[in-house]
Amino acid sequence: MANLAVVGQSVYRKDANPKVTGRALHVGNIEMPGMLHVAVLRSPYPHARITRIEKSRAEGLDGVAAVLTGAEIAKMPGVDPYYGPAFRDQPILAVDKVRYVGDPVVAVAAVDKRTAEDALQLIEIDYEPLPAVLDVLDAVKRESPLVHDEHRPAKAFADLAHVKAGQQSNICYHFKLRTGDVDKAFAEADRVFEDTFSSPPAQHMPMEPHVTLVYLDEQERLNVWTASQSPSYVRTELSNTFSIPMHHIRVRVPYIGGGYGAKLYAKLEPLVTALALITKKPVRYALTREEEFLTITKHKVITKVKTAIKNGSITARKCEVFWDTGAYAEIGPRIGHKSGYTAAGPYRIPNVWIDSYCVYTNHVPAGAFRGFGVPQVIWAYDSQMDIIARAIGEDPVVFRLKPALEEGEPFATGTLVRSFGIKEAIRQAARAIEWSKPRPVQTGTKLRGKGIAAGVKAVLTPSISGAIVIMNADGTANVLSSTVEMGQGSETTMGQIVAEELGIAFDQVHIVQPDTDVTPYDTITAGSRSTYHMGNAVRMAAVKIKAELFEVVAAKLEAHPDDLVAGGGRIFVRGMAERGMTISEIFLAKFGSLGTTLAAEAVCQPTAGHMDPETGQSEKCTEYWFPSATAAEVEVDTETGQLKVLQLFSVGDTGTAINPRHCEQQLLGAAIMHLGLTLFEEMIFDQGQLVNGSLLDYQVASIKDMPESFRPVVVEVPHETGPFGAKGAGETGALTVAPAIANAIQDATGVRIRGLPITPEKVLRALAEKKGEALPKD
Amino acid sequence: MKREITLEINGREETITVEDADTLLEVLRDRFKLWSVREGCGVGACGTCTVLLDGRPVSSCFLLAVRAAGRNITTLEGLSDGQSLHSIQEAFVSQRALQCAYCTPGFVLSVKALLDEIPNPSDEEIREYLSGNLCRCAGYADILRAARLAQERRASEETALLRK
Repeated sequence: MANLAVVGQSVYRKDANPKVTGRALHVGNIEMPGMLHVAVLRSPYPHARITRIEKSRAEGLDGVAAVLTGAEIAKMPGVDPYYGPAFRDQPILAVDKVRYVGDPVVAVAAVDKRTAEDALQLIEIDYEPLPAVLDVLDAVKRESPLVHDEHRPAKAFADLAHVKAGQQSNICYHFKLRTGDVDKAFAEADRVFEDTFSSPPAQHMPMEPHVTLVYLDEQERLNVWTASQSPSYVRTELSNTFSIPMHHIRVRVPYIGGGYGAKLYAKLEPLVTALALITKKPVRYALTREEEFLTITKHKVITKVKTAIKNGSITARKCEVFWDTGAYAEIGPRIGHKSGYTAAGPYRIPNVWIDSYCVYTNHVPAGAFRGFGVPQVIWAYDSQMDIIARAIGEDPVVFRLKPALEEGEPFATGTLVRSFGIKEAIRQAARAIEWSKPRPVQTGTKLRGKGIAAGVKAVLTPSISGAIVIMNADGTANVLSSTVEMGQGSETTMGQIVAEELGIAFDQVHIVQPDTDVTPYDTITAGSRSTYHMGNAVRMAAVKIKAELFEVVAAKLEAHPDDLVAGGGRIFVRGMAERGMTISEIFLAKFGSLGTTLAAEAVCQPTAGHMDPETGQSEKCTEYWFPSATAAEVEVDTETGQLKVLQLFSVGDTGTAINPRHCEQQLLGAAIMHLGLTLFEEMIFDQGQLVNGSLLDYQVASIKDMPESFRPVVVEVPHETGPFGAKGAGETGALTVAPAIANAIQDATGVRIRGLPITPEKVLRALAEKKGEALPKD
Repeated sequence: MKREITLEINGREETITVEDADTLLEVLRDRFKLWSVREGCGVGACGTCTVLLDGRPVSSCFLLAVRAAGRNITTLEGLSDGQSLHSIQEAFVSQRALQCAYCTPGFVLSVKALLDEIPNPSDEEIREYLSGNLCRCAGYADILRAARLAQERRASEETALLRK
């Protein structure tokens, strides 16, 4: 793009200095006089009725301010004891039943954490165990016990307006897509491929666990400091749950230590609010890492994919996707929908049938996780693309490129795709890994192979971002936005966009952190939506301010506003830099006083077309797409099953890169995170009880897991309505890592792994099976 | 049981009374408000709470404060003079080796200890040394480059000093 001063430059992070010195404000650093600390007693049963709670000894302990139960919350006037973004199904504290091991039952607020923990030891609870639902495929059966007797839609978000109340089933949401005639295509097919893929529950593991501080200010207003990715939603949820008007709730979010989806919607806020209202004291609850494991997870998913091949082309695909959303739906229905409709892939397939089921079980609730469910469905469909290509003797890259959608072709939903660089992403991935280079003949016990994977995610639509830009008389600007800086670099991106539009320097823009008293509504900081949505909002607000400034200059200099440009802190006639005014001169001309301000608000609110509930067809299901490809080279030790990732290339179509280095960073960060998820991350449950719920037992990727050769490739297919052509980059690198690795393993060894994580044991078993040997079970 | 202990924290001698069960992390945060010291896992497995104990990196969440009695403790707050950045911090900024940055204090201190111990580490040694610090934004490529750059700057500063 021509003549841009700041956009497209890899400027340094706005937040670098406070972060590298450790001075950045986090909720955990905020202390209030008389602040209480929280400990929570949790359910030891996956499903049980609470028959008795005896808490008087805990209440009598020195330093204990409150011992709270769900039954007591239910009796608080005006309080809805249940909350949740899709269904109001999650109790602030268990009311009559517990629904997973770790479900919060009793909360203690005390002068310090140790006292609160000591008090937990003095509480007695009797339970009557109930049959538990521990398998997602059993949970959908008619005879399964029910996790919830009723489903109460929350109505909080426009895109979830269609979730239904009151089914007698553990399926809380069912997405359907039907196009063409799959039965006919399967009947007429040359070959039919059927595979089942699984992806386990996993942890987000933000290095900063959840933390929330709530207090009532001198006007008895509810003040909330919270490590959240969705401050606007937290205010809405607290307003609805506690019947408090919105202007009496102030939610602030400072820098947060990572989110990856874990810190979306409401988490600790309702409980800490209840405790602050009861004790009338500031209350802070910081989760331990062990509690973090029991709070939110990545969905376990089972995906069945059946594909018809006729004359070497895909003629039909049927996908059944089962999302284990755990004991509370959380945002599972949105994931089941948004990821569900992409489950057949970015390919031209005339006949598609998709069923995507969001299912309650008695497991830890599952929610959004970097990629929003799409990595799990790509794991299935791209693995199968590779299986088919190799089975029918087609080159896997060519097999993907041939049916990959071109600009303007319909997706499975009927929506015509725009800014859809999937082919370019596949080609770049193939080039990076030198796909066409002949493979040497291999002997011995260390076999090398290459794999390519491709897939696409659609951005959440509709959604809303509002922003206010305040320009100051000295030519600096403050930006009011509820986008949360969680490491992705949003302050930098927004700063670049506003500086570009106003023609001022990047360091003259300050981004105000989310504060619902002053920053407008934003749906969520997630789903790779902020650069586009908030980027458009801050840009449009800046354009409005610029127009006002132009008017002043036009009148003063007797020029036409259309002939003016902003740059270098001045506004001047295009091509005549000397004929202009500085920003401060303009403000003085307009107001006649020093220190004045000009403010403008703008809202970015892309709409979606109606989606037919029976066929999933929609003229517009999304505002934009994120095409992704990954190329990997692995070395498999056939004696131990050990895997070494030699090369990894993460390719993503981000639209125009506002900050190219930050886009690359997002691709690589997401790729490494998902490399860990691919190779070893898995939350292991035994009868509903998590057995590896600590960082001693649960491994995530460290610097040693980074492949020797590891590069990002940013594909920039500009989006016509993105700010300067930008889309987003936060998740793209996450989408296609797992199948790329599995495909490379098949390339190396001929064995196919269909269940994540790809452990040495699974590889070894598959190798043994191929040789017709059987390994002992355990 | 309560005990009186003396610690040297960022160059200042401090005498305090602690409970036997108090961790060094709790003392540094709750008593001295050294907010760069952060708990990530509580079991000494993630490196987020790393501080230098007599120059060696330790997980302060997993060390009882009484065990640090008489020892010298450096937190990120004590790394630079507060006016300008330490060269390792500069390297982290210039290589963009921070995102959410919750882990950054631990990484910066680990790199300091690494370079004090192995002045000219190989990439392999850097990886090995930093493998106890987790970064979930996974900026490991940037962190590796920052460590490398910090090492190069330090080496050139030393060469310059020797020439003088």
